[in-house]
Amino acid sequence: MSKSYNDKVYNHSPKRPLLFNCLRAFFVGGSICLFGQGISFFYMYFFDFTEQTAGDPTVSTLIFLTMIVTGFGHYDKIAQFAGAGTAVPVTGFGNAVISAAIEHKSEGFVQGVGGNMFKLAGSVILFGVFSAFLITIIKTLLLELGVIG
Amino acid sequence: MVFLWAFIVGGLICVIGQLIMDIFKQTPGATLSILVVLGAVLDGVGLYEPLIDFAGAGATVPITSFGNALVHGAWTEVEKNGLIGVVTGMFEVTSAGISAAIIFGMIGAILFKPKG
Repeated sequence: MSKSYNDKVYNHSPKRPLLFNCLRAFFVGGSICLFGQGISFFYMYFFDFTEQTAGDPTVSTLIFLTMIVTGFGHYDKIAQFAGAGTAVPVTGFGNAVISAAIEHKSEGFVQGVGGNMFKLAGSVILFGVFSAFLITIIKTLLLELGVIG
Repeated sequence: MVFLWAFIVGGLICVIGQLIMDIFKQTPGATLSILVVLGAVLDGVGLYEPLIDFAGAGATVPITSFGNALVHGAWTEVEKNGLIGVVTGMFEVTSAGISAAIIFGMIGAILFKPKG
């Protein structure tokens, strides 16, 4: 029953144009990274950052800009067009945190903003931290056992 | 030249995300989680650092760099202080993204009114 129901839903839901979605994700996502590269160059040229360390101030600047775009309600409109192109760059992470914070403001700053800020982005932090934990432990063990050098 | 590679590599990582969303029917949240784990694995085998040298912001701006930074911070501390470094070093490199998200999330909530 549930399988045939799923089949029915699948048959009647609009087909997602895969190639077109990928092209939009590529151009919008690539443009955000290109813009980020411009910010990186700014930090490397005017401050003492290197190619490796310029990532941090770049990410912070991008999240600041995300706050402005999200606050005025434009991020969702771009995201509807770009799909993963706006979700995958760090601006998508920033948008998830900031939009949840703004949306729940009406419930107060402790219960609303504090309690819901990481409602969407929390899983990214959870799986990132836990996988990093496992990978580092495994790498340490392999090194101790002499499997890798 | 790094500008061109930033565009291409960053765009391709977004395409991978789009494929996970469309072909495997995952939500954006699950897709981002998968990409973070992917970034962590790539740094675990030592491939993410060369990618940053090659593509600059094309590798540091997508969310995969969050996984890379977590492993990197933890690993650096493990090499210095032993196994406890996994816990103490985890957020050492990646503090910028999370701090910025929290700070600007709070400022955004103060400044802006919810829509609708």
